[in-house]
Amino acid sequence: MISVNPKGEVWVFAEQHEGKIEDIALELLGRARMLGDKLGVKVGAVLIGDQMKALAEKLCHYGADKVYVLEHPLLEPYQTNSYSKVIYDLVHKHQPQIMIYGASACGRDLAPRVASAIKAGLTADCTDLQIGDHENKAEGKVHKNLLLQIRPAFGGNIIATIINYDRWPQMATVREGVMPMPEPIGTRKGEIIVEKIHIAQEELPIEILREHKREKKVNLKASRIVVAGGAGVGSKENFKLVWELSNALGAAPGATRAAVDLGFIDRDHQVGQTGTTVRPSLYIAVGISGAIQHQAGMSDSQKIIAINNDPQAPIFDVAHYKLVGDLNDIVPKMIKAIKARV
Amino acid sequence: MAYNCVVAIKQVPDTKRITGEAMNDDGTVNRGALPAVFNPEDLNALELALDIKDKFGGKVTVVTMGLPAASAVLREALYRGADDAILVTDRRAAASDTLATSYILSCAVKKLDYDIVLCGRQAIDGDTAQVGPQMAEKLGIPQITYVEKLLTLENHYVTARRNIGNGWQEVKCKLPVLLTVVDEANEPRVAAAKKLMKFKKARTAVEIQQQLKKQNPAASEAELKQLADMKIKELSEQGLLIKQWDLDHLKADMQWCGRDGSPTKVHRIQSVVLTARESKTVETSDKGISDMIHELISDKTIS
Repeated sequence: MISVNPKGEVWVFAEQHEGKIEDIALELLGRARMLGDKLGVKVGAVLIGDQMKALAEKLCHYGADKVYVLEHPLLEPYQTNSYSKVIYDLVHKHQPQIMIYGASACGRDLAPRVASAIKAGLTADCTDLQIGDHENKAEGKVHKNLLLQIRPAFGGNIIATIINYDRWPQMATVREGVMPMPEPIGTRKGEIIVEKIHIAQEELPIEILREHKREKKVNLKASRIVVAGGAGVGSKENFKLVWELSNALGAAPGATRAAVDLGFIDRDHQVGQTGTTVRPSLYIAVGISGAIQHQAGMSDSQKIIAINNDPQAPIFDVAHYKLVGDLNDIVPKMIKAIKARV
Repeated sequence: MAYNCVVAIKQVPDTKRITGEAMNDDGTVNRGALPAVFNPEDLNALELALDIKDKFGGKVTVVTMGLPAASAVLREALYRGADDAILVTDRRAAASDTLATSYILSCAVKKLDYDIVLCGRQAIDGDTAQVGPQMAEKLGIPQITYVEKLLTLENHYVTARRNIGNGWQEVKCKLPVLLTVVDEANEPRVAAAKKLMKFKKARTAVEIQQQLKKQNPAASEAELKQLADMKIKELSEQGLLIKQWDLDHLKADMQWCGRDGSPTKVHRIQSVVLTARESKTVETSDKGISDMIHELISDKTIS
């Protein structure tokens, strides 16, 4: 661990694969910028791989004041042990006060290993990060300007705010898609620092034999409008209505976990705590009761239309437009109205 | 060639079946109102270990850290075919976060003979997926997370397929290694009737003590101790005493355990109250729907 260091920087793990920066890293830079400005400290991006310098500028455009470049042929591709070793060394050298990672498959594999080695705290899967004070009544002490690590717990039934006031850095992983992507500023410049790397073959205990990556069938995060169906749609056949409404609006079709489990649509379309988090301009919930796990992935939408035959369905608590009735009647009427207007 | 497996398991509140009573008015969780279950993905980890034992031989040991009631998941594991079970329980372990938990569990695993350590990917109460990788770091062994298929196990090397979200990866690693297992990996077996009959009487020492106290409310401490010692000896002779270790037995360094060993603290807990919104009920007539669409076009929600 490192000691409490209020002058320390705010760091982002700039996850990259095959030379492409992941969206989550850019989303995190937006929030790190906000946290850094609030604390009056610099924002650093930690970029690890081989021949990475070309990517560093992009990280500056998205908000980094400094980019720590950790380059070595053994650092490409990602491996848990090699990455955690070089991060461990870098944290001890520069003593950042905060370090955040994406809660991606890679980030959730890496961050706990780093936290364990440093003996620092780590909060998983945050949906919000803020700066605030914590009053420790037992000690009669106020800890100022801590990272408030906000996350759902207990299957989404509670929201917990976690802090770490003594064993720093304060570390967290953050869900993909919960923080808005900042606008890049092409003229923004930063300091690019190429670090000396000490890494040996022993730090690479894993041999990667084969890998298969596939594109997701739908990009829910990038869509301005999402039309999602739930178990209430009734059948795969009837799910056609969701597709038709979605097509009429140029939207992306989404679904609840229940609809996915029932085989109405592919898992790539799942919105919610175990699926994708979306924040579109318009979210249309068709035959969705609104379980808390689903709401966790869509309640930040700017406008929500809910269609359900049960007036008590919890989805109506978050809806701006409530349509109580049979979706088989309402959805075709909506399609007709849209086609008439647009 | 035989391989010894240690599986770290957890008893969790069944967060998938949360009802109104499960939440107190102040937003805290009423754990008493939630049924306790075997963490689902830990069953997949146990199944993978049992599968390794079936194919290659070796021993499967399950270990859990928790309250005395967590002995129940150890019995569940014995019913399914685990050879040995260990409860790590100690009041001083209370309030441990993932870092302290992984330290304590790693102290327990270090006392065992293992080639492969297995965990579920994550537990449904916290969904952190941190304890597995943190244990691997503390044991000084590599980790393979999100295992969806064990491909080969030979000459002290394992190959496995990982689910990396947007695809998969096949990796090879020398043993010992820690695997975290996802629910796609297998279909966990159910309890075997014969083993259930045998192990349903298996108890940890703390369970025996609690039960005797309940049955003999008037007995003195000395009498209770004598009764407990007798019962413990009896179960031990029958092979039905579940091992119970405390932090002294683990020679754990107290600065890394419990509240002191946990850098993360709870600042605040809120129950999820969804903010009331300005909302309107739309007539489901053609006109009502058409007006709504028109409104959404005029405010540029729909372009």
